[in-house]
Amino acid sequence: MIATSKTPLDHFRTPLLQTPFHARTAPANRLNHWGPWAGYMTALCYGDSDMEYTAIRNGASVYDLCPMVKYAVRGREAAAYLNRLTIRNAAKLSVGGVHYTVWCDDAGKILDDGTLFRHAEDHYVICCQERHLGWLLDSAEGFEVTVEEITEDIAALSLQGPCSATVLGAAGFDVSALKPFRMARFPFEGGEITVSRTGFTGDLGYELWMAPDQALPFWDHLFAAGAPWNIRPIGTDALNLARIEAGFIITNMDFIPADQALREDRPRSPLEMGLDWMIDWEKGHFTGRRALLAEREKGSDWALIGLEVPGNISAEGSILYYGKKVEAGFITAAAWSPSVKKSIALAQVPARHRGGHDLWVEIYALRELQYVKLMLPVTVVERPFFNPARKRATPPGRV
Amino acid sequence: MPSFDAILIGGGVNGLACAARLAGKGRRVLLLEAKAQPGGGAGTVEFAPGFHVPALAQTTQGLDPRVMAGMGLERHGLAFHPALTTTALSATGDHLIVSGGRAGGPDAEAFAALHRKLADFARVLAPFRGIAPPRLTNKGNEWGKLARYGLGIRALGQAEFREFLRMILINVYDVVQDELTDDRLKGLIAFDTTLGSWLGPRSPNSLILYLNRLAVGADPLLPKGGMGALAAAMARAAQAAGVEIRSASPVARVLVEGDRATGVVTEAGEELRAGLVVSAINPRLTFQRLVGPRHLDAGFFTRTHHIRSRGAAAKLHLALKGVPEFRGADLRSRLVIAPSVEAVEACFNPGKYGEVPKAPVLEAILPSAHEPGLAPAGQHCLSAIVQFAPHSPKAGVEAARAEMLENTLAVLEAHAPGLRALITHAEMLMPQDIEARFGMVGGNWHHGELAVEQMLFNRPLREAAQYATPLPGLWLAGAGSHPGGGINGASGWNAAERILAEGRA
Repeated sequence: MIATSKTPLDHFRTPLLQTPFHARTAPANRLNHWGPWAGYMTALCYGDSDMEYTAIRNGASVYDLCPMVKYAVRGREAAAYLNRLTIRNAAKLSVGGVHYTVWCDDAGKILDDGTLFRHAEDHYVICCQERHLGWLLDSAEGFEVTVEEITEDIAALSLQGPCSATVLGAAGFDVSALKPFRMARFPFEGGEITVSRTGFTGDLGYELWMAPDQALPFWDHLFAAGAPWNIRPIGTDALNLARIEAGFIITNMDFIPADQALREDRPRSPLEMGLDWMIDWEKGHFTGRRALLAEREKGSDWALIGLEVPGNISAEGSILYYGKKVEAGFITAAAWSPSVKKSIALAQVPARHRGGHDLWVEIYALRELQYVKLMLPVTVVERPFFNPARKRATPPGRV
Repeated sequence: MPSFDAILIGGGVNGLACAARLAGKGRRVLLLEAKAQPGGGAGTVEFAPGFHVPALAQTTQGLDPRVMAGMGLERHGLAFHPALTTTALSATGDHLIVSGGRAGGPDAEAFAALHRKLADFARVLAPFRGIAPPRLTNKGNEWGKLARYGLGIRALGQAEFREFLRMILINVYDVVQDELTDDRLKGLIAFDTTLGSWLGPRSPNSLILYLNRLAVGADPLLPKGGMGALAAAMARAAQAAGVEIRSASPVARVLVEGDRATGVVTEAGEELRAGLVVSAINPRLTFQRLVGPRHLDAGFFTRTHHIRSRGAAAKLHLALKGVPEFRGADLRSRLVIAPSVEAVEACFNPGKYGEVPKAPVLEAILPSAHEPGLAPAGQHCLSAIVQFAPHSPKAGVEAARAEMLENTLAVLEAHAPGLRALITHAEMLMPQDIEARFGMVGGNWHHGELAVEQMLFNRPLREAAQYATPLPGLWLAGAGSHPGGGINGASGWNAAERILAEGRA
């Protein structure tokens, strides 16, 4: 007898899953330009990345977030569990709050980063890039918690841009009192949606969480309400530009998860990624703490820095040099920033070069089918590169 | 201010050795033993009225010389009978006597040569038992000694060094097939190799266990007064060195304050504090029960489950109302029934599938033949280690115990006709019973299987291989750490040396 499987036997015909919004995103994707993300088809660009980026910074943009991996952590010891798992203090996160966090392996190297949502005293949701069920379950031993992957049980959109609060208001969701990193619930068509004031653009924005069967009605409702503000679906290309301006890092782009790295020197610690501000050294033991303490004592090998590069050629994929001669790190993300009007970059450098003294970037600029080698001096600058006040304003400005 | 420099958890041979060494160096040491008396696997039990047998281990290949001398054990009354001769029993009375690396029979010369070679290998490996295992990272290694001991191996000479490299990871089955013809001798070596392990003779790398055995001593020793006397002498010596021993004080958990082990809480609820805590009990129990996941990294804690710890040795105790007759065998010798290397392998196979072997192989001694008082006059007690008992019996422990007992008695009867009629009381301890009585996970005598992949820097786990554990202030000193078990004390002594060298106590 053939055992019945949850996965249909012809799954190979659609190797990439479609999100609950696919019936709307597919026709909107005029370029049919898709990429894989965590096993899902995801739009890289719907029609014009510049216009999509412009919607993020000047209007209202909608990004399909469904492929984000989500885990529900429930139980009496959920906070204690998350405090052992992550480097930040999950117990200090109040109900209805969200925070950015990171978890490490024993060696104190990052496994992933993500956002942690606290829905109740004993109920959190982790939202992240990579899959970690094994690690999360291993970490649960000895704690009164359950950990469950709920990626497919939740559909989500990210509504970002200066008009996002106004659009939500027009759609009947009054978020004017909602502060950054807080959540609110609203009724919608007999059900409920959760709105969190979070995002990955460094702008005013919200993430909208719902049951998969609410996805299409909600999309239609939101786009009808947002039409006067020219609400527009955006692809990953535009989002990536916005996140670089915001100085945000992405797992498997700016660092490799420790459990996926093959080369011994590739994993990075929170200290090396500039995330030491999150570590709560006093909350008790967490996985990787002793290794991180030792690293704090002896100093880190690497540092993540933000750079400005002269000119307007993106330094993506470039190598950095000290004194134009000695290799000194590499660029992990770079773009010419329309908002800052500068070429900006994120880079990993050996810690001694974190100050940027005599640091140069070698860029291969493609000019009409011919690469031209540029050696340009870089300047270390603070992140975020772009940091508008509207991101934090409560109530948000009406437009 | 803690009242002790160190609290030792577990008063087995290693715990006593470690405690005594620390106390001898002026440290204030409290040793907590769960049972009524210290000794762990070394003890004497009256399993039937008037019949005294070794509670678990029945012989030792020899205590670590550092323990013997350092604790002044002779002064404290420890003495051994002359090293035991081994009789490889034959069901037809055609026994083979083996002693001091010499055997009778057709293979006398071949065995002497093989023994010389293996004893040479064991001799150059032995010093490694006395140091903390080296690690691959350049941290905490005793480079001077490592270099000297490494050169010692090379100093075997080119031909012998080649042989060493050829044989170091070989299995014992191949060795005896290559070198010997006498089934009795092959069976005996295969049996001695796999005693207390979870390996058959043909399992990869099994020979190294034989080398490890030889590195301690060639022939088994029986303490005068029984195993309990050995434990008592060690306890006396530890106390004389200044160790405070509290028996019947099981520990409930290790106290952790400020990310450091600062003491223990006993099951009676008493909090005891010390500069450091040394656990000489099973490493898995140490991390899982006494420390718990909250003070350990998730990866490490998960891996504590992967310390393989299957036990295959069962323990048989018989009260006999008369003198058993093993077709003329010397009752003061170690009696081994392992008719061939295939017979040993055939006993290992069923265990893999949760079944009981049809004709178990075993090592028996008659303590009452060595000294009076262990059994009523004219009567005898027999103690035997019987292999291989299933670590996970398909039919359940009770059924497996009954079958193991029946099959063992049938084997004994075949070698000593009339023995069954002499039995007034019989007790068979399965690995599960041994686990329950002695806190040995899986009933494994080494507190974690002794096998190449769980030796040296992998014993018990990489992060805890040099006796220090990831939890500051907590150390390991039991057989679960390098070099492993047997009534020997090297793990405990090594741990103490390490603690002293790091100046942590």
